[in-house]
Amino acid sequence: MTARERIAGNVAGYVDDRTGAAKWMKKNLTKVFPDHWSFLLGEICLYSFVILLLSGTFLTFWYDPSMREVVYEGSYEPLQGLEMSAAYASTLDISFEVRGGLLMRQIHHWAALIFMVGIVVHLMRVYFTGAFRKPRETNWVIGVGLLTLGIVEGFLGYSLPDDLLSGTGIRIAEAIIQALPVVGSYLAFFTFGGAFPGVAFIPRIYTVHILLLPGIFLALITVHLMLVWYQKHTQFPGPGRTEKNVVGYPLMPVYMAKAGGFFFIVFGVTAFLGAVASINPIWLYGPYTPGQVSAGSQPDWYMGWLDGLVRMAPPIETVTFGYTISWNILIPGLILPGIMFTALALYPFIESWATGDKREHHLLDRPRNAPTRTAIGAMALTFTLVCLLNGGNDIIATTFDLTINQMMWFSRIGVIVLPPLAYVITKRLCLSLQRADRDLVLHGRETGRLVRMPNGEFTEIHEPISAEKAWLLTSHEQLAPLELPDLDGGGVRRPGAIKNKIRNRISRSMATAVPKATQSERKELEGHH
Amino acid sequence: MSNEIELIKDPGLPAHVHRRADTDPKAAARAERQVATLFILSALGTVVLVYSYLFVDEDIFFFIPVLGNTNAHQLGLGMGMAIALFCIGAGLIHWAKTLMPDEEVIAQRHEFKSEDEDREDFVKTVKAGAAAAGLGRRPLIKRTLGAALGLSAISPVLLLGDLGPLPGNQLKTTSWKKGTRLVTDPGDRPLRPQDLEVGAVAQTLPEIAPGEHRSLNDIGKDAVLLIRLRPEEFNLDAERLSWTYEGIIAFSKICSHMGCAVALYEQQTKHLLCPCHQSTFDVTRAAKVIFGPSARPLPQLPITIDAEGYLVAQAPFNEPVGPSFWERST
Repeated sequence: MTARERIAGNVAGYVDDRTGAAKWMKKNLTKVFPDHWSFLLGEICLYSFVILLLSGTFLTFWYDPSMREVVYEGSYEPLQGLEMSAAYASTLDISFEVRGGLLMRQIHHWAALIFMVGIVVHLMRVYFTGAFRKPRETNWVIGVGLLTLGIVEGFLGYSLPDDLLSGTGIRIAEAIIQALPVVGSYLAFFTFGGAFPGVAFIPRIYTVHILLLPGIFLALITVHLMLVWYQKHTQFPGPGRTEKNVVGYPLMPVYMAKAGGFFFIVFGVTAFLGAVASINPIWLYGPYTPGQVSAGSQPDWYMGWLDGLVRMAPPIETVTFGYTISWNILIPGLILPGIMFTALALYPFIESWATGDKREHHLLDRPRNAPTRTAIGAMALTFTLVCLLNGGNDIIATTFDLTINQMMWFSRIGVIVLPPLAYVITKRLCLSLQRADRDLVLHGRETGRLVRMPNGEFTEIHEPISAEKAWLLTSHEQLAPLELPDLDGGGVRRPGAIKNKIRNRISRSMATAVPKATQSERKELEGHH
Repeated sequence: MSNEIELIKDPGLPAHVHRRADTDPKAAARAERQVATLFILSALGTVVLVYSYLFVDEDIFFFIPVLGNTNAHQLGLGMGMAIALFCIGAGLIHWAKTLMPDEEVIAQRHEFKSEDEDREDFVKTVKAGAAAAGLGRRPLIKRTLGAALGLSAISPVLLLGDLGPLPGNQLKTTSWKKGTRLVTDPGDRPLRPQDLEVGAVAQTLPEIAPGEHRSLNDIGKDAVLLIRLRPEEFNLDAERLSWTYEGIIAFSKICSHMGCAVALYEQQTKHLLCPCHQSTFDVTRAAKVIFGPSARPLPQLPITIDAEGYLVAQAPFNEPVGPSFWERST
């Protein structure tokens, strides 16, 4: 036994003597994880969160969360002698006086953008492959919570420098609070410690940004990961992969090295972006004052779709009994996003209700094999994308020489017309892909080799596909639609008949499919040849 | 059943294909060297970072294609850090992929559902526990506890009461009064009509006593845009026309939609545009909304001149400025 092995033995012994964890550790250190590039998306989120904690802590050492007015005397000449808040002045100091400060600020901001992209793309992966199905609904809901909090956290973060752009964003947030019926103006005054902008919001959102929300994030991320661990990761279908097993590599050493290495890669790439790609150059915007604004004011991308929604809202405001309701703010600012996030969080439950499928699923779906789900996803993405485009309508209009009115009308109509169109097209595409899969299994791969038959006929040679490929293309289940009765034995309408009817219809739509190829069909075709 | 449909069968996990490094010691040694090289590169990255921190001055700029004018100190720190971190990651992953075992392992899954017996026991335990507490049998305790818990939620809400004052009249009022002079922002100079040419725009604020401090809260409500047109270009009713002075008209600069500064004026069309959400207001028609999400015109400040010929407010704004709120009635 070498000295090193002895030490390892001693450490293991020390831990086990005090916790009795040997059995647990043995099982978990060799835990198997399936391999797929798309499983890295969640890891990107986790690692950028760690980067955010590290770089954020660095920034807190110099940032002064105060709206006390100071006169800038730092080294950035264009702003010297200007009155500004201590928050803005200290952010300028981080950028110009602290060595590596600008790098850290840029790493922090880039990591936040990567965090949000990671969450959205990870969510798309989970959605389109059906990974949210039983038993993982809870983790889906936690994920939607993390997405929502991420948007809020990001918004508060880029508001902290108290520059002209971020102050404008805060002003808009205040207008949304103020628009709430009955309690709006009270809530706004409580939030801002009086009239806008006041002197309270920077220290307040600082506490929320660096303490409250990161704490909630840590708790939710911990539960999210523990559930992934405990429930074991889903895997893509393929030869040898079943609902009852996990095929992959053990945690120790392969995944420790790969995942640990990937953390450094994500950090390295973020540092590279921080080094070469300028982001949020606050010194160009100047200090915040409510009487000014810069043209082309844009929020960060994950807020952009909400801003676009607000921009395209029709100008409706009603006054009843002397009280004002601003529909032009409430609908795009609160009601529509509220509906969207609620529907997103409830989707796993809605789908299982509609299909009647209450079984556990550990094998992922190929998106084409769940055409309705894929089409709904495409529809939601199209809606968000049109909103996002409209969030940059001024920039797009000036870049492409359009008028702002053309952009706005495109969005106003597009946001209603394009999502259903995306639904129909996506569903058709999925079914076409299923048909292509079926043809591939039954008739084999087109080789591109033409042969002339003795009778002069030309045919293309088809090569049979491998057994693995044939299994991959046919291993999915095709569920029959629900057939819930709406009449009882005596022909009388049952209570809940309408509900059953709706459920039958949705379930029929969910079950739309091109019948998958079977071995029987293959044999029959062989007989013909 | 002879015609039962036969499905395509799972051929099972394909046979493992070994990597070159598994069978060829030379390839393994090469992979080892590659991993080590990546780690050495990482160390060099750290050297670049330390060197930049200590020895590169912060005011050296040089030109790099694509990046433009770049600060050497900042670039050295960032690139050093990026190389140091990235190469550690690349090395670890290359190590895992070439030298660590790559044979796939199969672990079994088990349904999460427990045995029926265990589940029944679990339900029994819960029921027994609830029965032992006897909450169902003692409605008095249940109700008073419910009331106490409900009421205790008042305290945190109440204790947050000092987060801010009540709005009172603040959303409806501004600093403008009859006779308040309009002064330039920045500069605080009072304005005479002749200071503005036809087509000109000026940002103004109410005059304050010398030495007095203007708070951002005030600017957020008081900011006013002065625009001068030819009087015949207006399309206003008699009252609104009487609020202008020789073609000079004054509007709140705070957008009636969400409170951004309505900062873009198009001289040709006489439109004001808010850069936040593109609400567009027609100056000639008392800032009527002609496009975008805002539902109300910008409030107008009635103006005239005082005895010394300076522009002053005739009266406060005709309606509350800024975004809507529940209690605003017009």
